[in-house]
Amino acid sequence: MKKIKVNGSEHTFTEEQEESTLLSFLREELRLTGTKNGCGEGTCGACTVLVNNKAVRSCRYKLGRAADAEVLTIEGLIREDGSLHPVQQAFMDAGAVQCGFCTPGMIMQTLDLLHKNPEPTREEIRKALKGNLCRCTGYQTIVDAVQLAAARMMPSAQCTTYGQ
Amino acid sequence: MKNCFRNDARQKVTGTARFADDLSFPGMAHAVPVYSSHVHARISALLTDEARSMPGVLAVYTWKDVPGSLSAGQIHADCPIFVKDRIRSTGDVLALVVADTRSSALAAAEKVRVRAEDLPLVLDTEEALKPDSPVIPEGRPSNIVNHHKVRKGDPDVRMEEADLIIEEFFETPLIEHAYIEPECGIALPREDGALEIYGSVQHPFSTRRFISAYLARPLASIIVHGHAVGGSFGGKDDTASVVCARAALAAVDLGRPVKLLYDRPWSMRESYKRNPYKMWYKAGFTKEGKLHSVISRTLSDSGAYTSTTPWSTWRSAVQNVGPYELNDIRADVYGVATNNIFTGAMRGFGSPQTNFAFEQIMDMAAEKLDIDPLEIRRINAVRDGSETITGQVLDDHTVSLVEVLDKAAGIIGYESRKSLNTRGVPGEDGKLRGIGLACSYRGCSLGAEGMDFCCATVNVQFDGSVLMDVSVFENGQGAPSAMMILASQMLGIPVEKIHYNASSTATIPDGGTTVASRGTLVGGGALKDAVDQLKKIIRDTLKKHLVDGDEDIEFRDDRIWGSRGRSLSWAEAGRMMYLARVYPFALGTFQAPPVTWDEETGQGDAYFSYVYSAQAVELEIDPKSGVCSILNIAAAHDIGKAVNPPMVIGQIQGGIVQGAGMALTEKFLLDDEGRALSLNFSKYKIPRATDLPDIKAAIVENYDPLSPTGVKGIGEPALEIIAPAIANAVAAATGSHLTSLPLDIKALTKSMFEETES
Repeated sequence: MKKIKVNGSEHTFTEEQEESTLLSFLREELRLTGTKNGCGEGTCGACTVLVNNKAVRSCRYKLGRAADAEVLTIEGLIREDGSLHPVQQAFMDAGAVQCGFCTPGMIMQTLDLLHKNPEPTREEIRKALKGNLCRCTGYQTIVDAVQLAAARMMPSAQCTTYGQ
Repeated sequence: MKNCFRNDARQKVTGTARFADDLSFPGMAHAVPVYSSHVHARISALLTDEARSMPGVLAVYTWKDVPGSLSAGQIHADCPIFVKDRIRSTGDVLALVVADTRSSALAAAEKVRVRAEDLPLVLDTEEALKPDSPVIPEGRPSNIVNHHKVRKGDPDVRMEEADLIIEEFFETPLIEHAYIEPECGIALPREDGALEIYGSVQHPFSTRRFISAYLARPLASIIVHGHAVGGSFGGKDDTASVVCARAALAAVDLGRPVKLLYDRPWSMRESYKRNPYKMWYKAGFTKEGKLHSVISRTLSDSGAYTSTTPWSTWRSAVQNVGPYELNDIRADVYGVATNNIFTGAMRGFGSPQTNFAFEQIMDMAAEKLDIDPLEIRRINAVRDGSETITGQVLDDHTVSLVEVLDKAAGIIGYESRKSLNTRGVPGEDGKLRGIGLACSYRGCSLGAEGMDFCCATVNVQFDGSVLMDVSVFENGQGAPSAMMILASQMLGIPVEKIHYNASSTATIPDGGTTVASRGTLVGGGALKDAVDQLKKIIRDTLKKHLVDGDEDIEFRDDRIWGSRGRSLSWAEAGRMMYLARVYPFALGTFQAPPVTWDEETGQGDAYFSYVYSAQAVELEIDPKSGVCSILNIAAAHDIGKAVNPPMVIGQIQGGIVQGAGMALTEKFLLDDEGRALSLNFSKYKIPRATDLPDIKAAIVENYDPLSPTGVKGIGEPALEIIAPAIANAVAAATGSHLTSLPLDIKALTKSMFEETES
């Protein structure tokens, strides 16, 4: 048996499961259906989750590779008091959500970006999200959302109520 | 920054929104479709025994198991649930394998065998019209699916008087909707005999009609739920409905829930696409730039099945020459059957293709006549009181075409920047640069193509909270949110006090399909009728508590107000209504204003009103590499009234980017034998976040008296003119018009560069 930590909870999987994808383990075994399958070939980014704080395409990521890793999915972002992560809140406030199918992947990719670059320019945001497809928004409100989240997450910023 | 309201945003950012494949039910079996390698063939045998004997397999269904019609459709009932004796396209499904698990079903599907004799193929609309072409539709004399005409004046005589004639051929390809969520359908037989459906469908009532036809079940016994759908853009009607019907057939037979989930390659292979067009235009102009005669012929590829081709081509006829005054025209638009993957509704519905052609013709004429492209549009634009090519006089709403044109031109700085157009001669920085415009009018809602009605319910509860339901459905566009905002404004209550029921076919009557940019208009109209009735019921019941005589009561600030400062809270009013045994409930309806159409002459009041749109693009091309960078995009749309402005802007941005994909990269490829090649996003390139700049969009609001709430629509206007705007900008940069999509700018600059070298 191998161990994996998902959203802070420990789970195990068998050797036979190692060759299956992280995505199918999340969706089918753990019923964490917030992570989506858009293409199954790693092109659309709807299945993006964080493995040890790095964004990966879970539809092409073998479960075996995630042994002993910490996985974070969209379900792991909400706080215990029910309040949202600033990136989630920013996606809502900036109107970055339409059909919502790409949204969980976009948010996870945004977390990866903001880890590395807490103050990205619009161009840097667009580059970081290049591997995540959205057919509804045209991306502009998503870029707005990431900028808004970055501003709210700056430790010095007095902008936690920005836009309220 | 004004925050955006969406009633579904929290679920969507937390991963708790339930799309079809996120649902699972006890005892659920899994189904997969079976295709063949044939494209056009006569089937002699379909062998399923081996598949049936595979581990975990519960059943294998073919046409023999279909209790109702083998084919159904929105217009012609020709879309098969399973093919019987003839395969007509690469997307045709022969069988459905159902097993305990998806992997067992997939393994067994490999074991279904077909014996078939290939038939001659026809993959091109011109070939399909030749007398010796194989005829694809069953029982029809030819491949002509439909023929729409516009006949007005005498274009042949007038053409001879023209100072300038532009004669040009244009072509557009198959385009995939590319919603990020592939199709999924789940069917659950209920103990009371009803059949419940959860599915990634655009319009639950349409899905219900398909299921009813294939399964020979009454409409009332089928409940199709509305829930989160991962985008549709017109594309989740026929195919998604057939997916649900296959799951339903298996679920009824097996007496257990069945899920049919499509992977991306199946979705790309089977789902209908945007109709490819071939368009021949001959347009006469006076030397002053006045458009005065047009003769056009259009072939629209319907593929193997009809779907909505007769309707989308009708819009191509009505909007055949864009938003311009013209008295002399002969237009013929044909839908033509071939062995290609079938085509149907996609955002824009027959207008993006004609706009691509005619908006370039306007620029070609402007260039030849040495008139500015903005000016030639002003010269010809429809205005208040203008008559359209179908003889409709536009005198009952604000005809704001020139207003939106000037607005878009103003935003992008057209007048100052047009001097930078390089017309094929690279500037000092070595780059080619151009600015281009396009504009349109778009008939609101269905027009004379269909029955146009909708309904809504408003149901005040005992505690004063409000339950509402509107027969328009959420596909991602935010329809329920817009309805909630309208209800909150009409009732003077906070939006939080309203619960929008996730509508199903069992909670509200059919309101017509969620298409044609009509949701906010028709849903809002029905809602206004419901609220007006509700207010009258409340007033009639409670007036003795609120007013002395016949004064009106008011609904504002979360209270109901009478005269002399008297008021009731909604909770008080709710309780009093029930004590009076009067239901504070209303069903409102919307019936579109009358429209007319004569199929022989192509004359009539085609749509009851129009949306006016203009977009402008500035771009730069590297003449060596042919790489095109879009620098600026501006848009202005008169949508009557914006209910949820951030979502309107979102629609404009999203529509432009989707349309830019059509302009620059998107082309669904089939091989020479009609087999799909673009089966996933690595092969079918839709725009990415880095492909386009920020868009500057303006909402123009001329309240439309023909809409009960003043509102029109935005989904499709946003998409339908960006391709010609980009093409016109490319022409301004290079001096050459590209007349087929996607625009092959690299080939153009390569040929220009080589010519310069030689």
